[in-house]
Amino acid sequence: MTEIRLQKRSFRLMLVLLLAVLASGLSYAVLSLPSQAAGLSASVAENIDASGVSNPVTAVLLNFRGYDTLLELGVLLIALLGVWSLSPLQEHGYTRPGAVLDMLTRLLVPLLILVSGYLLWAGAHAPGGAFQAGSVLAAAGVLMVLTGWCLGYRFARLPLRFALVSGLGVFVIAGLIMMCFSEHFLEYPSPFAGAFILFIEAAATVSIGTSLAALFIGSRPQLCDSSSSQAEEQK
Amino acid sequence: MAFFYALTGVALFTLGLYALIIYAHLMRKILAINIMGSGVFLVLVALAARTQTVPDPVPHAMVITGIVVAVSATALALALMLRLLEVSGCEELAEEPKE
Amino acid sequence: MLTMQVQNVPWLVIVITLPLVGSLLCFLLPQQAKKLGLMTAFTIAASLIGLLFQVLDQGAQRYTVGGWDAPLGINLYVDGLSLLLLLMTALVGLGISVYATAYFNRDKTVYYWPLWLLLWSALNALFLSADLFNLYVCLELLGLSAVALVAIAGGADALGAAIRYLLVSLLGSLFYLLGVALIYHSVASVDIIIVAERIDATPPILAAMGLMSAGLLFKTALFPMHFWLPPAHANAPAPVSALLSALVVKASFYILLRLWLDVFPLPQEVLGQFLGLLGAAAVIWGGVQALRQTRLKMLIAYSTVAQIGYLFIAFPLATSIAWKGALYLLLSHALAKSAMFMAAGNILHFGGHDTILKLDRVAQRLPLTVAAFSLAGVSIMGLPPSGGFIGKWLLLNAALQAGEWWWALVLIGGGLLSAGYIFKVVGFAFTQTEASHEVHHVPAAMQWTAFMMALAAILVGLIAPWPLALMDIGLPFEMVVNKGSNG
Repeated sequence: MTEIRLQKRSFRLMLVLLLAVLASGLSYAVLSLPSQAAGLSASVAENIDASGVSNPVTAVLLNFRGYDTLLELGVLLIALLGVWSLSPLQEHGYTRPGAVLDMLTRLLVPLLILVSGYLLWAGAHAPGGAFQAGSVLAAAGVLMVLTGWCLGYRFARLPLRFALVSGLGVFVIAGLIMMCFSEHFLEYPSPFAGAFILFIEAAATVSIGTSLAALFIGSRPQLCDSSSSQAEEQK
Repeated sequence: MAFFYALTGVALFTLGLYALIIYAHLMRKILAINIMGSGVFLVLVALAARTQTVPDPVPHAMVITGIVVAVSATALALALMLRLLEVSGCEELAEEPKE
Repeated sequence: MLTMQVQNVPWLVIVITLPLVGSLLCFLLPQQAKKLGLMTAFTIAASLIGLLFQVLDQGAQRYTVGGWDAPLGINLYVDGLSLLLLLMTALVGLGISVYATAYFNRDKTVYYWPLWLLLWSALNALFLSADLFNLYVCLELLGLSAVALVAIAGGADALGAAIRYLLVSLLGSLFYLLGVALIYHSVASVDIIIVAERIDATPPILAAMGLMSAGLLFKTALFPMHFWLPPAHANAPAPVSALLSALVVKASFYILLRLWLDVFPLPQEVLGQFLGLLGAAAVIWGGVQALRQTRLKMLIAYSTVAQIGYLFIAFPLATSIAWKGALYLLLSHALAKSAMFMAAGNILHFGGHDTILKLDRVAQRLPLTVAAFSLAGVSIMGLPPSGGFIGKWLLLNAALQAGEWWWALVLIGGGLLSAGYIFKVVGFAFTQTEASHEVHHVPAAMQWTAFMMALAAILVGLIAPWPLALMDIGLPFEMVVNKGSNG
């Protein structure tokens, strides 16, 4: 039986009543909105040629409201820092993956990396972009972790931290560089806007993929050198 | 049609709020927050479809940002919950301090 | 010539990106995190001086990020109000940074600096933002980094408090976001100025008002939504408690104030009275609870609950003097409360505990710390010549001018309650206990920072004309008068 906090029937009833009032109020508010509204789609359509990409969502995300995306990469980094700052969570023992998982991982991981690269490229003209590509990359990382792969010792210190930081770092530095050439922070120079966006998105993809995979692991990545992981496989 | 989805979003928001208040187990509270978040995102995206042709892209971008924030927050919350479980053996928050 | 160059530098952007870059460097180079962090803190303070001169010279500034003007893009805006809060953040931030260099051990330092600098950049970005959705992202950045900092110490109490804080913070943000969603779908913009122009008292807007206010009140810990604050502020490490009480709760208050002054369309008498009532309840409740506490840090945390209540007394009064009084209280509380938490941290470090009854002659053994606590207490009580006195004086004047004398009673009652708990602590600081605890040496940096913060809280009362004049740049409070006629 699920532990319920409010044991008294009357309190629960009162809560249900209050929330029903809230829900009806919000529903009334939503239904009072006009049935047709263009929002900012006209404004986006006008300026999309100057933005460097042809997918309107990518244009908004990386160009018109790129500052929000910059801060959001910071949020992801904070979550990672928070998780790492907790003393190491219990390490789960290595269990040999079953044959199906093992085989599928070997097939899927290269495919996932390829799909991630495609999504990154396609983001310019179709649904896709840094976050989608990064998530797929993270899925590849998660699959590998589930089959007992661990990051080589050489890569687990500075290079890993570099990969985690690259998205936000490249975005901020690119924005500051743009500020020197155009007039404002994060103002893309018109002819190169598409190239800049792709570059920033590429760094962000690596960053997002690494961060999400690291969040899945939950503590600092296990350190091992490649020889010990081969020894495991041979068991 | 857009309004139907928007109302669903409102319903999800309210149901999530109920679950957040009622249940004591941390896992359920975290799930409840996620459901509330999904409700808000649904409202944002559904009402963006009220245009004549292409949907309004700005709420879509807002929701992508919101999803990343929600994922980060959920990851932090789950790690905190696991750590609390290790340290104290209990998956429910201690009763709120006596007022 | 140099001043011309200085005026044209985009200080707004530098103030936001500097802590971001600093935190990334601290994360990349953990061995140098302490030095890099401290250096970044000083450079942020220096660039704020640049921004100060720029605003004093050119008045309020608007900056279009990415070259795209609202409603399509995001605007940054600085006027006297934001500048005051930015300067407060820098001053308190500098003190906390110096304190933290001496406080944390090796393992925690590595994580403290990147988190603290990201929190600082979130604060700067929040105080400069003029876009409702951008404010949501800044709120999340702020909330998550604050939670991570609370949990950094790791005990069961701290972890439980951190989770509770996180859940409440997310709840507040989601309420706020739903409000932003309704506003965007009503007026097709999330820029504050444009929304203020187009807004009307329709059902979606009224719902949005309620939702956003509720969300922000959760985050500002106004009674009765304050339950998360005492455990979180008391169980966090001392520099984290200082920055939580001094800075983080003020950020959501700032957003609420901006919305109130600029965005919300109706004349807000009923809602204002309601907020004032909750504020009064917070003052009394927080004061009474503080008197009952046995742990020093819990007492200080409940004192924060009470002081936040004072800020909301300005809402029913809604005159320029009332707002300035509340903001002066906000400013001096930030300095005084950070001093108090730092002092509590010193005492905790010294004796290994912070039980008030067993303080065992700390007045003789940590004179600087107890002096810091007492000076900070002077400001909290609202005695002259401190900043707290100026704030309360302005609020009292506003209350009497508006003929609503009952708020004056609340102010005086709150002052008496705070005198009660301050003197309780100071009294026990002189007493001797039977069993002595083993003592640890408290680093000079920690003692002096606490003292300097407390001194600043007093000095801010002596220089009253300058911050008050600063607040007027860009006329942030004029809007209220005009808004009333639109309703």
